Amino acid sequence: MTATGPVTTGDASLPLPLRPPAHQVDPRAIWWWRLRALPFPIVLLVAQGVGWYFLPPRPWHGLLIATITLTVLWLLVEVLVVPSLRFRLHRWEVTDEAVYHRSGWLVREWRIAPIPRVQTVDTEHGPLQQALRLATVTVTTASARGPVRIAGLDADQARELARRLTETTGRHPGDAT
Amino acid sequence: MTAGGPDDRGPHGGGDTATGGVPPPWSRAAAVGHGEPAADDPHHGSGQGGAPSSGASGADTSPSMPPPSGTGGPAPDGSASNTPTGTTGPDEPPWRRLPALMLVVAPATALLKLAPALIVLLLFGAGRGNDVQLWIAAGIAVLAVGAGVVRWRTTRYRITDERVELHSGLLNRQRRSVPRDRIRTVDLTAPLLHRLVGVSVVKVGSGQSAGKESGLDLDAVTTAEAERLRRELLSRPGAPARTGADAPAGAHPSAGADATGGPGAAGTIPGTGTIPESGAGPAVPAGAAPEPEAAEEIDRIDWSSLRFAPLTVSSLAAIGAAAGAGWNLLREADVDPRNLPGADVVTGGLSAVPIWASVLVGVLLLLVVMVAGSIVLFVERWWGFLLTREPDGTLRVRRGLLTRRSLSVSEQRLRGVTVTEPLLVRVIGRGAQAGALTVGLAGADGEQSHAGALGPPVARAQAHRIAATAARTGTEVTAGPLRPHPPRARTRRLVRAIGPALVLPVAAGVLVHVGGPVWPLFLAVLLVLLAVPLALDRYRALGHRLDERYLVARGGSLVRTTSALRRDGVIGWRIRQSLFQRRAGVVALEATTAAGSGAVEVLDLSPADAAALMAEVTPEAVTGLRA
Repeated sequence: MTATGPVTTGDASLPLPLRPPAHQVDPRAIWWWRLRALPFPIVLLVAQGVGWYFLPPRPWHGLLIATITLTVLWLLVEVLVVPSLRFRLHRWEVTDEAVYHRSGWLVREWRIAPIPRVQTVDTEHGPLQQALRLATVTVTTASARGPVRIAGLDADQARELARRLTETTGRHPGDAT
Repeated sequence: MTAGGPDDRGPHGGGDTATGGVPPPWSRAAAVGHGEPAADDPHHGSGQGGAPSSGASGADTSPSMPPPSGTGGPAPDGSASNTPTGTTGPDEPPWRRLPALMLVVAPATALLKLAPALIVLLLFGAGRGNDVQLWIAAGIAVLAVGAGVVRWRTTRYRITDERVELHSGLLNRQRRSVPRDRIRTVDLTAPLLHRLVGVSVVKVGSGQSAGKESGLDLDAVTTAEAERLRRELLSRPGAPARTGADAPAGAHPSAGADATGGPGAAGTIPGTGTIPESGAGPAVPAGAAPEPEAAEEIDRIDWSSLRFAPLTVSSLAAIGAAAGAGWNLLREADVDPRNLPGADVVTGGLSAVPIWASVLVGVLLLLVVMVAGSIVLFVERWWGFLLTREPDGTLRVRRGLLTRRSLSVSEQRLRGVTVTEPLLVRVIGRGAQAGALTVGLAGADGEQSHAGALGPPVARAQAHRIAATAARTGTEVTAGPLRPHPPRARTRRLVRAIGPALVLPVAAGVLVHVGGPVWPLFLAVLLVLLAVPLALDRYRALGHRLDERYLVARGGSLVRTTSALRRDGVIGWRIRQSLFQRRAGVVALEATTAAGSGAVEVLDLSPADAAALMAEVTPEAVTGLRA
């Protein structure tokens, strides 16, 4: 690659010229994301309801109607729109050479971790994930920029994936820095 | 300290398995407890009545116990020196204690830290005929001395073939252990008090991202011992681990173990092994004949650098912190500067002159104080600065006037170099600061901004030269031409800088609308206008280059950083694209690495460039993923 090539002018609509990872996460993950999105807006709604009850109506109720409407809208988007969006966008793949993961919906994020650089592979199941038989596979490298977290996998699939990854990475000596 | 019989020493294999005696709850301590006299640690002593003492009395500076020998018998001769003789075999090396000097240093350091509080307590307590505060002060002093004694009595350390271990504490007993193949840095620090008596703190950094828990602080050992530890801990795998004359001869067959075992493998970098000199930098002297013993000097202090002192933000921040602390102290002491004698005169004089004049004088005074303070800080920080490459293949930075520091970085841990140019240093002083991208230096300690610095700010060309020398590159890797990023990146910089700044004029406009003063509006508009050159400067900074060994990326305006990361130091990729970046058709690419802050960012480049870059650096991993 030459050091000072021409300034590149790509097409603005150009996506990342990498293919999307091969696998989708488990469809039950949609429900996981839905349920996870519930508590915070609901707590906010309850607080506003309490405010409605106790605060004097004259200046407050108008304001509360506005904020409650916004909160309900937010809740609807988080529960009805975002999870299916995530399901479409979250994809993962583990080849012989690399762990490849795509996530995020507002800010998309692609992660590539070459297998020889993988340090540890963990699976974790939160209570909600356990109820839905889901799991998160966390692939750690030596970088301080955080691990690759593949969330919303089927629990059995996750276990199998972690086992395979551990086996593969075990073949590479060194401390992967 | 009775010379008890050796009956308590069970025939243990010197490993983790406890086969004799009272098995303590911790596994390693099984081996530990047997090898030491009761006086060493009263807690172990309680478990084994007449534990053998092998004449450790009088070994004040370096009391070393004979290691438990595999045959179960005691060491033939009580060793009161640094060299436990006659103990060969695969046994644990002896535990060492801190020098007796620490009995003085530790309490004195603690008292010195508490001194302001104590003085305040005494000054403002005793005067009012209140004895309680006097007693509190005395109590604190006694506690400090007591804590020092307890710490000295309970602290022991040793270096085995695999790990560095440190035990300390009475009530809150700590057992620290760092695998030797994980050691990234060894930092020797000697604060003023330590220097006066000739001891140094040894900080062992292991560079796990877990931060504080990963390292180990040995506070403190004699400076000669510290130097020996530094050499030993950073010695290359495969090389004779002990070179110093005071090393226990033959006690540690670590040279062979390191070459074949895991620690040796740690030095070699898996992955792209095809790059000609990739791993060869540190490896060349390893394979060569006995290297010259003299350290190679790369850079030393040049006091013309002092001109950068007032221009660095970090020193300004430090002065602010110091001023804040001083102000706090005054407040704690119930001293109001307005009540000081002479304050009336000053304020009286000030009220006579017009307000703009007093503001001007105030600003000038502040400037003078800041410049003077930054110069003082600079001198303290960089006095006697010397950057060398040691014969054992480490880069070593020595500096400090009052607190003497020596930071050693194993070259095997070096993943690249940086050149940092803070705005004022860059624009006014045309200077820059070279740094190292090193595994394990991210969260080194409080001196975040100086972690990895290879010297003070110097003239730009010099900084690039230092970086190149440190990285052992023939050409100045951080200085070459860079590939600019697409014009869309400029638009994005402008939007990013001006957009948030627009809030200010809007708010000021609202203020004017409701009848406020007009001047905030002018100020706000001025700030927005300032954002434009800043954004353009940020765009100008953007650029990257990929050459045979290095990925070079530059960015930033307030602090412009050029990072040159070795290709084989890339351990992964992270690409981010926000909604706005998607519309602009750019991505932010991060080459993650074990060194430094964890990644080198290439901001706002076109997606095609990002994919090409990744595929070229890590072809195995990425080629199969291309569309």
